[in-house]
Amino acid sequence: MAEHVIKLPDVGEGVAEAELVEWHVKVGDLVREDMLLAAVMTDKATVEIPSPVHGEITWLGAEIGDVVAVGSPLIRLKVEGETAEEPSATEAPKAIEEPKPEPAAKAIDATEAKPAAPAVAPAAPAPKPAPANGRNHFPARSQLGAPRAEDEKPLASPAVRLRATEAGIDLRQVPGTGPAGRISHEDIDAFLARGPQAPTGAPGLARNTSVEDIKVVGLRRRIAEKMAVAKSRIPHITYVEEIDVTAVEDLRAALNKQKRPDQPKLTLLPFLMRAMVKAIADQPNVNAIFDDEAGVVHQYGGVHIGIATQTPGGLMVPVVRHAEARDIWDSAAELARLSDAARTGTATREELSGSTITITSLGAMGGVATTPVINHPEVSIVGVNKIMVRPVWDGTQFIPRKMMNLSSSFDHRVVDGWDAAVFIQRIKTLLETPALIFVEG
Amino acid sequence: MKDISCKLLVIGAGPGGYVCAIRAGQLGVDTVIVEMTKAGGTCLNIGCIPSKALIHAADEFEKALLAAEGKNTLGITLEAPKLDLAKTVSWKNGVVGRLNNGVVGLLKKAGVKIVHGRGRFRDGKTVEVETETGTQVIRAETVVIATGSAPMELPALPFGGPVISSTEALSLSKVPERLVVVGGGYIGLELGTAFAKFGSKVTVVEALPRILPQYDAELTRPVAKRLGELGIAVLTEAKAKGLSAKGDALVVETADGREQELPADKILVTVGRKPVMEGWGLEELDLDRAGKFLRIDSQCRTSMRGVYAIGDVTGEPMLAHRAMAQGEMVAEIVAGNRRSWDKRCIPAVCFTDPEVVSAGLSPEEARAHGHEIKVGQFPYTANARAMTMQGEAGFVRVVARADNHLVLGIQAVGQHVSELATAFGLAIEMGARLEDIAGTIHAHPTQGEAFQEAALKALGHALHI
Repeated sequence: MAEHVIKLPDVGEGVAEAELVEWHVKVGDLVREDMLLAAVMTDKATVEIPSPVHGEITWLGAEIGDVVAVGSPLIRLKVEGETAEEPSATEAPKAIEEPKPEPAAKAIDATEAKPAAPAVAPAAPAPKPAPANGRNHFPARSQLGAPRAEDEKPLASPAVRLRATEAGIDLRQVPGTGPAGRISHEDIDAFLARGPQAPTGAPGLARNTSVEDIKVVGLRRRIAEKMAVAKSRIPHITYVEEIDVTAVEDLRAALNKQKRPDQPKLTLLPFLMRAMVKAIADQPNVNAIFDDEAGVVHQYGGVHIGIATQTPGGLMVPVVRHAEARDIWDSAAELARLSDAARTGTATREELSGSTITITSLGAMGGVATTPVINHPEVSIVGVNKIMVRPVWDGTQFIPRKMMNLSSSFDHRVVDGWDAAVFIQRIKTLLETPALIFVEG
Repeated sequence: MKDISCKLLVIGAGPGGYVCAIRAGQLGVDTVIVEMTKAGGTCLNIGCIPSKALIHAADEFEKALLAAEGKNTLGITLEAPKLDLAKTVSWKNGVVGRLNNGVVGLLKKAGVKIVHGRGRFRDGKTVEVETETGTQVIRAETVVIATGSAPMELPALPFGGPVISSTEALSLSKVPERLVVVGGGYIGLELGTAFAKFGSKVTVVEALPRILPQYDAELTRPVAKRLGELGIAVLTEAKAKGLSAKGDALVVETADGREQELPADKILVTVGRKPVMEGWGLEELDLDRAGKFLRIDSQCRTSMRGVYAIGDVTGEPMLAHRAMAQGEMVAEIVAGNRRSWDKRCIPAVCFTDPEVVSAGLSPEEARAHGHEIKVGQFPYTANARAMTMQGEAGFVRVVARADNHLVLGIQAVGQHVSELATAFGLAIEMGARLEDIAGTIHAHPTQGEAFQEAALKALGHALHI
């Protein structure tokens, strides 16, 4: 038997550490070569760590949520090796190689400290990050709505009753954790700490006092950190303007109708992207990265548009690079490819970084107005709200128009309200008269 | 006479009233208490205390008699003991007198002003007291009615002549040769037993099928047995119809419908007590009633703002310790504290022979409340201390919920078991489970061990049976 140590591999250029987000195995598991052992997450991408060898896991070097340096030991395995220590030990790996050893074989192999698992089963899913110990410690009884049956007197010693009376607590509302549901001084403390509860007594409605602890790890932690940085460091100014998208929608419908089969279906976003490229040409300071520590705004010539995308794991921002060099079809194709990659988790690190301005859109869920959070360290984010048919006064009568709001936020440290307004007004003009998007010069 | 103004006025210095006044005084409330007779109320003057004194004297006399008759198995012999009931009563009065003075002293110590005389409401805030020196008007922000109760009379058998209430029975100067007790409740049985021990020929007439009807038959069986041993005749399902023509016998209608004359020198009527609702101006207040009692809420408030009522005038159980707890609570409320009645049990004790004590629910009551129960019962025949005191009759019984073993009720019958009321009450107020009682070391040898054993029995592993 020999020991094999798996170290955290270099998971990307310039990445020095990664966060462990998932274990696919546990100590005692038998693994085959190439079986996935763990998932680690870098700034943007999740990387799966496969096993290079056959063996039995003897040690796991990190817990979910730990940040592990590249090159540090992650897993130790017991593997079949030249340095066989004793005859009985060699039997164990044999068992590993048998696809389905009989349970009896396990019994014979009594000298082995850890009996071989019956088969090299697919790796068991790692335990869920939320441990059960965070659960509310009251007995199950107290979780059923009111702490006790309607006509039942609360059970408490006279001293506890006096304290409750003086504190204005109705003991019937207090769950008792003691034997037979007896209410203790500690229960009163807990009740006081929780504060007054919603009235109970509605028949059939039970109070759910359970608490599930969900560890904020992986992508969720990245999102949390990023949002906190953005909101704490950037003084946001949010500007909401309504746009008549009837014309652009008509154009989109016409283009979609006559598109070639190899062309992607157009959504509104490629039009917005094209309009932004044009508007940025007039208002270049919104397409920038603000290095506030160095006190430098990097104003980019190229327009790299981040597209905020909802994925099963959470919010991701794949980037359409050089939007200024893409026509409407190319923009649409790249957009579709990237959001798909982000959703399926196959987006590369490069595809998930380098944006200079961001679009956030929830489509039909877009609401009337939003207050988008700037994708730090960028300085602008354009939020797309839903399209609604609204009555619009055309000077003589109300006519139904497809209206859509843009809710956009800007870093007010480097973008003045005037500039923001000019930028959005330019986009409005372009989208309301879409021919302007395509007229050069 | 100059009017008195105060924060709190208590009408009646019985156990409820005087406790209320003392507690209010302790809390710095300007308090006045009005009492018509002597401080201490029924309990101290003509109830609990004097009856217990006489019962004790009767027990002592009975022991002496048995020793004289050669029935003492302890090796003690005596010759012809004699009873001078007048001296007994005077000793009893001495005890009562000391307690009267004690109550007055406590009231004074708490800074309570005592006004002697009959109080009468003029309105909800004003009471006139007829004192020896004239009418005293007292104005109070808050009034507590603690007027108590009085023995109930039978229409066919009004008090007077040979027909006496418990009050007179406690002050007889000689032992009646033949005593008929109408009413087989705890008062009648306590006094009837005492007089039987003093040498009376006692007959108990009870309208219901058995004595002590508020308790279950199992609990009262040792008492019934002892009554027989003492030569007390018990007529159940018998109705008192009135005095015989000559006035020397009680006419009763027996269970089979026949009329029978029970010769009697004294007829003690103990058919219950009624709240004192007259003579103090209730009609001026027009307070809501609950049956024949004053209606109160969980803070002892009556239907009139600023008027509280406590004790027997507010209903069953008419027990001194209930009144005391109410009085204490009301005083604290008047002093500005937040309080309400949250007691789990009011233990009740019968000083019969043997004694009966009950706290919480009996097995029947527990079942009626819809509880699945476990019952554990431990007999005094298996208790060493009971044997050494020649009191092997009776048992301790624990009633607990089957699901979580919460003790719902505890009953006992036996010699001196009244003292166990303390443990029983504490167990229930603290929310004890069978395991709590079973897991508490009970000193040996005591009668209280039967309590622990009864709990163990309910858990299925009593040790000494």
